[in-house]
Amino acid sequence: MINYQSILQTVPLNWYILVSLALFCIGTVGIIYRRNTIVIIMCIELMLNSVNLLLAAFSAYNGNPDGQIFVFFIMVVAAAEVTVGLALIVVMYRNIKSTNISLFNNLKW
Amino acid sequence: MIRNIFFFLSALALFSAVMTVFSRNLVHSTLYMILCFFAIAGHYLLLNAEFLAIVNIIVYAGAIMVLFLFAIMLLNLNKTKRIRLTRINLFAAVTSGGTLLLVFIAAIKRQAETVNPMMLSTDFGSVKFLGKILFNDYILPFELSSILFLSAMIGSIILIKKEHR
Repeated sequence: MINYQSILQTVPLNWYILVSLALFCIGTVGIIYRRNTIVIIMCIELMLNSVNLLLAAFSAYNGNPDGQIFVFFIMVVAAAEVTVGLALIVVMYRNIKSTNISLFNNLKW
Repeated sequence: MIRNIFFFLSALALFSAVMTVFSRNLVHSTLYMILCFFAIAGHYLLLNAEFLAIVNIIVYAGAIMVLFLFAIMLLNLNKTKRIRLTRINLFAAVTSGGTLLLVFIAAIKRQAETVNPMMLSTDFGSVKFLGKILFNDYILPFELSSILFLSAMIGSIILIKKEHR
């Protein structure tokens, strides 16, 4: 049986904040760098997951289970978002036979 | 020991996230993403949130990434022409991402004092404990999320359906 109190004592909260912030920034870099729409949606998932990790860490260190419920609802919303996003990608591909986001610039300016 | 597990899981998550962004093959990118989700599930286990770890593996690594793989496979995206990525794009992305990280670190550097964790009960993140909260205090958002799922399903079916003229 692992003692969870000792885990929380040995790992400071700041390290969890640093890890999730680094994950968030990697997701940002991916959204700006990559041109493929599927990879962009995966990077959005990565950013949502980093926020989930941060919420779970805060909830564990604060002793308040409401943060974990919020993580659950964020997962629900992410699943719905991915469903609609992949349907949009399929429609995009059907129209111009490509998923390059740079080709969809009619509404840009 | 615990510290080493934490460092291993963090290094795995960060490495697989970087490989997701920078690998040119779409299927490799998706598989690295699954690895990243497993690392985050390990973090949840370390944080005494076993319900979240199970849900993360089932929903993210099981359902969402399989959906991505199916989309890549059905559209045959791996065979199509690779999109050229310019060096200036990489420069802009790394600069803005690094600046964002720098601002975040500067913001959390101000509060340097360590937080003492509260006393927890052992079944803090168990399914039983969270289920009681979910069905007592958060019953309305729980029911509303089912409507959200229904609308997402209907919306994706309508989007995918071929138009008849």
